[in-house]
Amino acid sequence: MSETLDRPTADSSGLNVVGTRPIRPDGADKVTGRAAYGADYNMPGQLVGKILRSPHAHARIVSIDTSKARALPGVKAVVTAQDFPDLASEVLEGGEQASNARDMALNVMARDVALYDGHAVAAVAAISTEIADEALARIKVVYEVLPHALDVEAAMAPGAPVLHSHLFTAGLEAKPDKPSNVAQRHLNVRGDPDAALAGAAVTVEGRYITQGVHQGYIEPHACVAAWGEDGRCEVWSSSQGQFMVRAYSAKVLGIEASAIRVTPAEIGGGFGGKTVVYLEPVALALSRASGRPVKMVMSRDEVFRSTGPTSGAVMTVKLGANADGTLVAAEVELTFQAGAFPGSPVGAACMTALACYDIPNFRITGWDVVTNTPKVAAYRAPGAPIAAFAVESALDDLARKLNIDPITIRETNAVGDGTKAAYGPVYQNIGFKETLAAIRDSEHYQTKLGPNQGRGVAAGFWFNIGGESTAAVHVNEDGTITVVTGNPDIGGSRASMAMMAAETLGVAVEKVRPMIADTASLGYSMLTGGSRTTFATGMAVIQAAEKVIDDLKGRAAKLWKISPDQVAWRDGAAHCLDATKADVGPFTLAKLAAQAGRTGGPISAQVSLNAQGAGPGFAVHVCDLEVDPETGQTTILRYTAAQDVGRAIHPSYVEGQVQGGVAQGVGWALNEAYIYDRSGHMENAGFLDYRMPVASDLPMLDTILIEVPNPRHPYGAKGVGEVPIVPPLAAVANALRGATGVRMNELPLSPPAVLAALEAGK
Amino acid sequence: MSKHHVTTTVNGDIVEFLVSPRTTLLDALRDQLGLTGSKEGCGSGDCGACSVILDGRLVCSCLVLAPEVEGRRVETIEGLAQEGRLHPLQQKFLEHAALQCGFCTPGILMAAKALLDENPDPTETEARYYLAGNLCRCTGYDKIIRAVMDTAADLRQARTA
Repeated sequence: MSETLDRPTADSSGLNVVGTRPIRPDGADKVTGRAAYGADYNMPGQLVGKILRSPHAHARIVSIDTSKARALPGVKAVVTAQDFPDLASEVLEGGEQASNARDMALNVMARDVALYDGHAVAAVAAISTEIADEALARIKVVYEVLPHALDVEAAMAPGAPVLHSHLFTAGLEAKPDKPSNVAQRHLNVRGDPDAALAGAAVTVEGRYITQGVHQGYIEPHACVAAWGEDGRCEVWSSSQGQFMVRAYSAKVLGIEASAIRVTPAEIGGGFGGKTVVYLEPVALALSRASGRPVKMVMSRDEVFRSTGPTSGAVMTVKLGANADGTLVAAEVELTFQAGAFPGSPVGAACMTALACYDIPNFRITGWDVVTNTPKVAAYRAPGAPIAAFAVESALDDLARKLNIDPITIRETNAVGDGTKAAYGPVYQNIGFKETLAAIRDSEHYQTKLGPNQGRGVAAGFWFNIGGESTAAVHVNEDGTITVVTGNPDIGGSRASMAMMAAETLGVAVEKVRPMIADTASLGYSMLTGGSRTTFATGMAVIQAAEKVIDDLKGRAAKLWKISPDQVAWRDGAAHCLDATKADVGPFTLAKLAAQAGRTGGPISAQVSLNAQGAGPGFAVHVCDLEVDPETGQTTILRYTAAQDVGRAIHPSYVEGQVQGGVAQGVGWALNEAYIYDRSGHMENAGFLDYRMPVASDLPMLDTILIEVPNPRHPYGAKGVGEVPIVPPLAAVANALRGATGVRMNELPLSPPAVLAALEAGK
Repeated sequence: MSKHHVTTTVNGDIVEFLVSPRTTLLDALRDQLGLTGSKEGCGSGDCGACSVILDGRLVCSCLVLAPEVEGRRVETIEGLAQEGRLHPLQQKFLEHAALQCGFCTPGILMAAKALLDENPDPTETEARYYLAGNLCRCTGYDKIIRAVMDTAADLRQARTA
């Protein structure tokens, strides 16, 4: 199904480039080692920057004595929170999720309290790694160790240590009389869920637990920064948004945005985890203090202990249905770990939890809870996979109880065009039912299973977003094209930008060179996240290309001495429609470019927009697995993912997004988890013990792309990158239920856990 | 700390550099020789992003000390394309879209080369186990395995042709 080699051909849509599979424009750089990522860049005279991190999960910082570190020859700067402004609480937009400036600054560098194992407390810059390490060892921090709370249950228990004395639960009817670790309650009610559940013919309920998991990008965070004597700063860094790095670094340092120019490095994976800053403000502060550029690269241990992850959660779900499987009511309660500062993705989890289904009565309650663990960052469809694990597991139980096929029960309750979504809007042009049908009708779904094997089905939803983007299209002097955008390319988006420009202009994709600009070279773009880039930035590229075409038509009209409305643009050339000028051939791009100087100067257009109309994405997955009853080891035998993708601009990279999301979801389901010891230290801060899927853990991952074009995008594109991670947790758990007869409600479904469940089920 | 003088062959060229005894081969390649194609993802031999071929054997260059390569032969991603032409594995990775962010790609290409040098006709399972030391978080491995198998088939055909 994942047919990979497909030579470019025109299809029934009349498109020549969109929908084909050209080689990506940055491909050669990435297979030869030339592509420069965060750690691959150096500035003359640079120092090595290193961070001292708290060894305690929760501790008051009584004092920090840096004198012995400063005295070490080769040490050029030492900074602590005293070198950063003490910011007031202020909500910042522009990341994937809203952030608070004070919390972000305190996460970059702890001020009075270290809130998790790995929290930054000081930093040094030295002439070598060895000297920087020695300097860290010479910094004397006196801590007063405080009691800690690692998970939501501990943080909500009576007498739990309160992380922030200013934190009073928001979203309640009345402000509580004392602070707690519960930052916010989210509540969404429709109809009368209590009465409907009481009157339902059949109900199922369950309590579900997930652990914190990391985005697991292979490239650690890295940057090089230089603070000039004139206050002008340069930053080279790997992130999901150079404008995000500029905005957040300026805020944390208390300087103007224009003082910082951020050049985006190639990014070695992000998955949401590179939508905030950790190193850049520290490197800048060290550079300011030392007068030299400073390079900082995290170790893998630091990445695990200090960045990412997403929330662990405790959830309850109760579903009520008629005997035919029609859902009449749902009660969902989601309690999410935010880490050291408020802001878990529980809000998005509440909005997505029931988004696939048309249910007349429900209550969804979400709780955002701070804990002594790293502040969570966005992770691919933030919150949605966690909620879907609970809801889709419960729905599987309901189907089993009623002896209804798992696809059928989803089709019975599926949302379609005109359905009012649980989170508010009315759906239009969605492809959920088509996606369910594709799995039902797939060859995979018809095959028979063997002993100890099970099949699981689950669905998922993600909003996708549009947002602010800028793009420029330049016609070069020979008629070739440069496309400039402000969005880091994480998974091949440069290819889609070049393809959409080529399609619009009517030229071969090889004639288009897509570039990603630094923050001083192009207008603002929101970061790469929310599955927005191909949709929103692509729209800016298309509109800029259309402006170029209007310009080119005007120039051709001038040369032909006719009205511009007598000029048509097709196949990369201006064609004269004026029948009285029978002998004028078309003006190709190359011809028009060569005459640009005589027809008005350089040919170029820029478009800035705030794209609306990103269509939501739906996914339905089916997973076959086999359990070894002796060891509890689970082997994924076969996996098929169907997804409503709008129109696939470059199908190979759409398939790749789906396959990558599935692999991350399978890892989340089977093995991945943050493990802490009793004192609150992370025990598995490395790739050996934090076990992500490797090639031998997975089979081929089949994809079915359902193309229901999004009418709000010129080529029908919608976001595709996030929704594929939503179903796998439940698809795997439901398959395991099928294989073993035991419902497991807690992730990860690791061999010891499966073995224990099998023993208990005997 | 006194430095070691190392003379070794990297991608066919004899090179010399000075390193401290604790410098890894990876750091020497990246910092001394400017060969930044080999990546550090973990520094502990778990991710394979730093994979290079040392005297014909696949190694994690983060687990090899630079002084150990004295007089030996190191192949890195920068030497995979020859005379401006991509290696068949590189070409197939592009055709199959077997990379997304590309960070793991140099290591995976070196591991895949070592695999095909050892075993020109691997089964899918053999390829998956051979590449199990190389983490990729973007692709789910599907297109990587297809690219490797397709390259192997082409190379076998070229050999018998």
